[in-house]
Amino acid sequence: MKRMTGAELMLRLLERQGVGTIAGIPGGCNLPLYDALRASRIRHVLARHEQGAGFIAQGMARVTGRPAVCFATSGPGATNLLTAIADAKLDSIPLVAVTGQVPRAMIGTDAFQEIDTYGLTVPITKHNFLVRSAAELLDVVPAAFRIAASGRPGPIVIDVPKDVQNEAVDIDVLPAPGRPDPPPPPRAEDVARAAAMIDAAERPVLLIGAGVVAADAAQTLRRLVDKAALPTATTLLGLGALPHDHPRCLGMVGMHAARSTNMVLEECDLLVGLGIRFDDRATGKAAEFCPGARIVHVDIDASELGKIKTPTLGIRADVGATLRALAAAVAPASRPAWTRRIARLRAEHPLVMRAPDDPLDPYGIIRHTAAVLPPDAIVTTDVGQHQMWAAQAFPCSRPRQWLTSGGLGTMGFGLPAAIGAALAAPGRPVVCFSGDGSLLMNVQELATAAEENVDVKVVLLNNAHLGLVRQHQELFFGGRYHASRFHAEPDFPAIARGFGVRAWDLGAVVDPRATLAEALAAPGPGLVNVPIDAAENVYPMVPPGGANRDMIGGELHATAC
Amino acid sequence: MMRHTISVLVENEFGVLARVAGMFSGRGFNIESLAVAETMDPTVSCITLVTAGEDAVLEQITKQLNKLVPVIRVFDFKDSAHVERELVLIKVKIDERTRGELMNVVDIFRGKIIDVGPQSHVVEITGHQDKIAAIIELLKPLGITEIVRTGRVAMWRGTRTLAGAIDEEKEKVA
Repeated sequence: MKRMTGAELMLRLLERQGVGTIAGIPGGCNLPLYDALRASRIRHVLARHEQGAGFIAQGMARVTGRPAVCFATSGPGATNLLTAIADAKLDSIPLVAVTGQVPRAMIGTDAFQEIDTYGLTVPITKHNFLVRSAAELLDVVPAAFRIAASGRPGPIVIDVPKDVQNEAVDIDVLPAPGRPDPPPPPRAEDVARAAAMIDAAERPVLLIGAGVVAADAAQTLRRLVDKAALPTATTLLGLGALPHDHPRCLGMVGMHAARSTNMVLEECDLLVGLGIRFDDRATGKAAEFCPGARIVHVDIDASELGKIKTPTLGIRADVGATLRALAAAVAPASRPAWTRRIARLRAEHPLVMRAPDDPLDPYGIIRHTAAVLPPDAIVTTDVGQHQMWAAQAFPCSRPRQWLTSGGLGTMGFGLPAAIGAALAAPGRPVVCFSGDGSLLMNVQELATAAEENVDVKVVLLNNAHLGLVRQHQELFFGGRYHASRFHAEPDFPAIARGFGVRAWDLGAVVDPRATLAEALAAPGPGLVNVPIDAAENVYPMVPPGGANRDMIGGELHATAC
Repeated sequence: MMRHTISVLVENEFGVLARVAGMFSGRGFNIESLAVAETMDPTVSCITLVTAGEDAVLEQITKQLNKLVPVIRVFDFKDSAHVERELVLIKVKIDERTRGELMNVVDIFRGKIIDVGPQSHVVEITGHQDKIAAIIELLKPLGITEIVRTGRVAMWRGTRTLAGAIDEEKEKVA
């Protein structure tokens, strides 16, 4: 029997879960946890804002697929975490946030730095706990990790009052670490029916999403795609699950898809959705999405089946197991007519990149960065125009290579997520494509990057605007610009240097290509400022609420003349 | 829109009602009536709620409830033989002229007068929602000053029970 405090028990249980790094910030109500952390073999990364800690943990979780942990104190520490937790909920990321809480006797008294963390996080977590005794941790911690990683992954909050952290408890045996429940396999008859529908279809398309990445099913997916000659589009979060240069890969669908990709989905007679949730940015007007298609929808979350689109066949099962079964069950096919039709659409309506060779063009900087990076590089983005340009133009070739805030669309995601990715994958370079609006939302994490000396390069597409807001005002608000232009333009390289981060400015050098290559090759953190023309828009664009067939801009002929 | 009575068996733990109610408000579903209490097993509570919606909405409600960790099982009483009851307290103004009529109506509806005052009585009525609607209509002309009602509760007819249904399913799986 061993006597320990609740805080020591918590750290012991986290170690047994295999947690190697925790991002966080200490404060009054989680100091016992930090005292135990000091004595633990777990590494701590001191973020500069709790939202940064949350996204650092998300970066670790997105790269590894395993639950990652962040710490915050009560009150403002917990409220600062909320955005990162909500982001993890919408993108189904396994995250375990451990928050300090005021002592039990003070709960409900409006004590200093008291907030109802449990109540605040009910709607943005997969599950949450308020721990009422140190002994409860024996159940709560393994359960948190099991729930975070089981089925559709998601974030968990464990709120621990300070006196529970200090409470002494006698421990005989520690519980087994929490592991994910075995994922549900598909029913044989559903697989047979789906395979028959694929075999019978003349114009089938696969649409793959985050579920394929979460199921580690990229290899299996490829077997199915190759065997049955299935053109494959991806959601924003599915990018990389099929390599960009695979002949059947159509790239991203939806609001900023290549014209040809949306056209292929418009023409398909069977849509097989794998680990997707028919998000409105992907479907456009849902009622007019894939209008002529029967739908097979595979998802591990039963509530996604029929939530937006009623499938002809809904399969509630692990996408990986379903793909394995489907790859075995479908008949080999080559689909020459459909393949020709798609090739023609892609030739006539490709993604049009205005100046992919110009390093100061939005597409150009993304292509040049990709060309310099080694193949094992990891890419994160913030949210806005640069995110969509990167989604269109960055050649993703592996799952978990592309980390972006899809569902919540959180500006400020990119830098801390990149730090987390670098911590989880040491030795692999990480690039964060950001914008001048997004970067400022978590710019303080440059200090964390400098302190940890992580190999993270921020490539900053700087147009002195909230560019996507400006674009919406131009296209849908009659050009009435308001609050989308930054009149004070910060000196980002100077800011980076002030944080102890090296910086380069492609607008101030003779040979931007060479400077970019030099910056990306330099060890440790860095920032590359890239001045971008503020008039550049992301095209094509489906107007919000419109059908995917009604795209604005991005025609091939428009740029030819 | 169909009106549905749903029983949700949940782990009897801290915050479970907030989770269930929050799911409804967060996703824009409606709760028309709500009743919560422990079951025979003190570790399990039964939340009985009434909601309305098309079949697709009810399917979402059921699926989203099932995703909540403390939810053990969701039962929709739709299409099954069951009984439903609510309890209502009705305060009615009375005078010499109306007292007799009030007592008559309460008697016919097998209600009880549980508080007798010189100017008002409190009536207790238990029953199906149709019966309750009917007595309220009849008492209105006398002068109702307050109505307080419980949420609806429901139970299958015959030997079938919620706990039994869970056991049967477990056996089927095994």
